[in-house]
Amino acid sequence: MAKVKGAIVVDTEICKGCEICMPVCLDNVISMSKEVNRKGYHYAYMSDPDACNGCTNCAIVCPDRAISVYRIKVES
Amino acid sequence: MLDIIKSENQVFCKTKLMTDTPLSYCPGCGHGTAHNITMEVIEEMGIVEDTIGVAPVGCSVLAYDFMDIDMTQAAHGRAPAVATAIARTWPEKYVFTYQGDGDLAAIGTAETIHACNRGENIVIIFVNNGIYGMTGGQMAPTTLEGMHSSTSPYGRDIETMGSPLKITELVANLPGVYYVARHAVHTHKHARKAKKAIRKAFENTRLNKGVSFVEIVSNCNSGWKMNPIESNEWMVENMFAYFPLGDIKVNGKLK
Repeated sequence: MAKVKGAIVVDTEICKGCEICMPVCLDNVISMSKEVNRKGYHYAYMSDPDACNGCTNCAIVCPDRAISVYRIKVES
Repeated sequence: MLDIIKSENQVFCKTKLMTDTPLSYCPGCGHGTAHNITMEVIEEMGIVEDTIGVAPVGCSVLAYDFMDIDMTQAAHGRAPAVATAIARTWPEKYVFTYQGDGDLAAIGTAETIHACNRGENIVIIFVNNGIYGMTGGQMAPTTLEGMHSSTSPYGRDIETMGSPLKITELVANLPGVYYVARHAVHTHKHARKAKKAIRKAFENTRLNKGVSFVEIVSNCNSGWKMNPIESNEWMVENMFAYFPLGDIKVNGKLK
């Protein structure tokens, strides 16, 4: 069966660190960074990249659309 | 991971109809999602050149800076009146207003009700967060009973301040209104449903059906003095109890 693998790219200067994307990620891929961006916000990043399936849940709730999502099918 | 991040594998990115101007909203505010899903609907329907938006006064006063389509901005509360003029001048255009609860349900109640009663062929997107966000968290008509705000510091008292106004149910009873729904954007499921409702609203405009009214219940974490996740939980518990989600009027018939 083909497996789906995904990845997100966060625009760290746009992210305001609201954390809305964290509870909607069913695979707990996203965490908040310790570093801050130029606005002083802790931005989202992929803390568990292997778990991401590219479902776009995080991107559709991101008010600032800081997240873009990529997805591929992997034959297993 | 690096081999996944290629342009041909991209499944989601910001719509081109939102400008690169950083949104002026507080972190976690529902306005950003509401803006984006509206623009995504317009892009998906391919009606960019035929859509004219009317921005309100309130937090979303700068909507014309963020939405990369033809827009104008109305005096406080008068967006439905301006939209009426635009829709009558260009009957083939898609005209929408984007308003908050202070604009639509307080100072603009008369314009809202009469535009809805006349059945103008417009879409009204109403973002309800139960407070005046931009001016510093004062009590709005939609503020819930017992809810604290800077002008009701001991909580809203029904006896002296009246009950929270259900403007959406109010306009649903008017004959000119064809479609009324209430949605939210705090989770992926709710945001996708809200997007479908907005799409339906614009399709009603195409069919010349009259007013389509979509309320989006949103959080206002700054006004409510909470963090974004807490405010969303508070919204689910309290706002949804008074403002239940779902369709209120479909195809001109009350549910």
